[in-house]
Amino acid sequence: MNWFKNKDTLYGFLVILPSLVLLGIFVYGFIFQTFYTSLTDWGRDPAQALSANPQIRFIGFENYRELFTGFVDARFRQDLVNTFFFTVFFILGCLGVGLGLAIVLDRGPRGEGFFRTIFLFPMSLSFIVTGTIWRWMLQPQGGVNQLPTLVGLPKGEFAWLTSREQVWQVSWNDLPFVTALVVSVVLVFIAIAAFRGGERRRGYIASGSAALLLLWALTLGRTLQPLPFDEMHGFNLAFIGIILAAVWQMSGYTMALYLAGLRGIPEELREAARVDGASEWQLYQRIIFPLLAPITLSAMIILGHISLKIFDLIFAMAGADNAPTDVPALLMYLTTFRANQIAKGAAIGMILLLLVAAVIVPYLYSQLKSEVRR
Amino acid sequence: MGRVLQYAVLFVATLFFLLPVYLVIVTALKEPSAITLSNTWQLPQRWYWESFAQAWTAFLPKLQNSFFLTVIATLLSAMLGSLNGYVLAKWRFPGANIVFPLMLFGMFIPYQAVLIPLFQFVREIGLGGTLWGLILVHVVYGLPITTLIFRNYYAEIPDEMIEAGRIDGAGFFGIYSRIVFPLSVPGFVVVIIWQFTQIWNEFLFAVTLVSSPANQPITVALAQLAGGEAVKWNLPMAGALLAALPTLLVYIFLGRYFIRGLLAGSVKG
Repeated sequence: MNWFKNKDTLYGFLVILPSLVLLGIFVYGFIFQTFYTSLTDWGRDPAQALSANPQIRFIGFENYRELFTGFVDARFRQDLVNTFFFTVFFILGCLGVGLGLAIVLDRGPRGEGFFRTIFLFPMSLSFIVTGTIWRWMLQPQGGVNQLPTLVGLPKGEFAWLTSREQVWQVSWNDLPFVTALVVSVVLVFIAIAAFRGGERRRGYIASGSAALLLLWALTLGRTLQPLPFDEMHGFNLAFIGIILAAVWQMSGYTMALYLAGLRGIPEELREAARVDGASEWQLYQRIIFPLLAPITLSAMIILGHISLKIFDLIFAMAGADNAPTDVPALLMYLTTFRANQIAKGAAIGMILLLLVAAVIVPYLYSQLKSEVRR
Repeated sequence: MGRVLQYAVLFVATLFFLLPVYLVIVTALKEPSAITLSNTWQLPQRWYWESFAQAWTAFLPKLQNSFFLTVIATLLSAMLGSLNGYVLAKWRFPGANIVFPLMLFGMFIPYQAVLIPLFQFVREIGLGGTLWGLILVHVVYGLPITTLIFRNYYAEIPDEMIEAGRIDGAGFFGIYSRIVFPLSVPGFVVVIIWQFTQIWNEFLFAVTLVSSPANQPITVALAQLAGGEAVKWNLPMAGALLAALPTLLVYIFLGRYFIRGLLAGSVKG
């Protein structure tokens, strides 16, 4: 084969081949099979669900339609909203705590190594261990709610993990409208970035698409309603405890990233800014934070994909069956392996994959592109 | 920012990170009858070591399962990752630029998107419910990260060394066994620590693929114990400590390598 310049390159290919075949089957083959399963009615007839040779019919995108617009699948829609809020607050929490700790540690306190060890150790634990611990911390009558009594205050009353209260509710019927708004805002940002970067053509395309989408949202977007009735979903307060535990576990990671970034900023740069009369705040605002922006983006993507997939922490903290704190990753497990609604479980798995891919594919693309350039 | 503020922030943060640890230890050392919600933060009246003995008896088989599974899967995936990384760093075959990102994507997928066919596949090849099925799965889905870490590590080995090996008459395998592998020790340490931690801590595969209690890894056993309402909290807390101990020790004694693996997980080498 003249494809292979020499024998050694051929050996190389043969050595990696088994891994490629395995990943081809276990990742892409299985994804395809899940996708096919999601287009069938497997599990709809309980008698067939667990039989050795189930009778499976192809029903197209019916499972997806039901998940988004069917009367019985309101739990899935609430789960999507839950994932959205969880992701936002989890990322904000980790970035905030991580950056704060990194700045403090970067200023060289005594015992820096000790503090770094303390802030990072939860990363080495299993989400199951973290969940078990925090479940005990957040018992409604004990743990965190008892903390104020140690300094003589009345105990807290918050129903961690069990609250059924929701805030910031919106109707599921607003989804097309809200989605269009969000996408147009993103497009506007892309357009601004393109014009600043001198890429006029990209800028025109992005701003044109944003305008079209906005026009659609304001005119026809309101009339497109997935459900015949209003179904309200919002942020479940029971999630606050889970977000707290997740930030406890993962903020050490952002701290490590930011600390590495801060250490990479040359001291001369800071000195130069100080000589020019910049205050400490201006130094951070004008020089250090902009230099940390790429790290923030990487961290957001890594944390974002973790939070979309989060399963074990919630399983261990609130239990698998606690509906207010359900997320799609958990619902997929319950639907498939408890309720034997295999095709519907497959559909939830595919939706989850799409969400994660939307975050990860552009990231991998940009990372590997910049690597080739290096 | 004043010194006072700096240390105040550190103090509050340390409390936030260590209070759960304090609560775990204190609860695990209390008599079951002495554990009430209102005295959660108090030190035990009487130190009660019995919980650890109980947790040890209850969890020993699960810990053994986890050790067996984790050690074998870690070593296999490290070995395969090393060979793959060697190929991708030094013998790039045509199409490697397309294959590599396709491999990496396997590291980020939500496993829910492959779980149903995986469950069937493992059952059909006769490994359903066994630790070997779980080992297979961890080896395969560990390939992307181990390959990535080794590829980035081997990229640092100068091409001149490979070239010198070839001039001396060594081929693909000779160069690997005489030059690359002996230089790999730090790479192996990072990968083994990373995989050990990940596989030890994993839950989704374990809970879906291993149904029989006899083969359960520790994470599944702990989740079931802590989920039950009848058990007093001293046992789950002692169990959580036991389940956390191996990875915690790895982190405390080999933290530097642990963090390197952690940062490698965010793709950039």
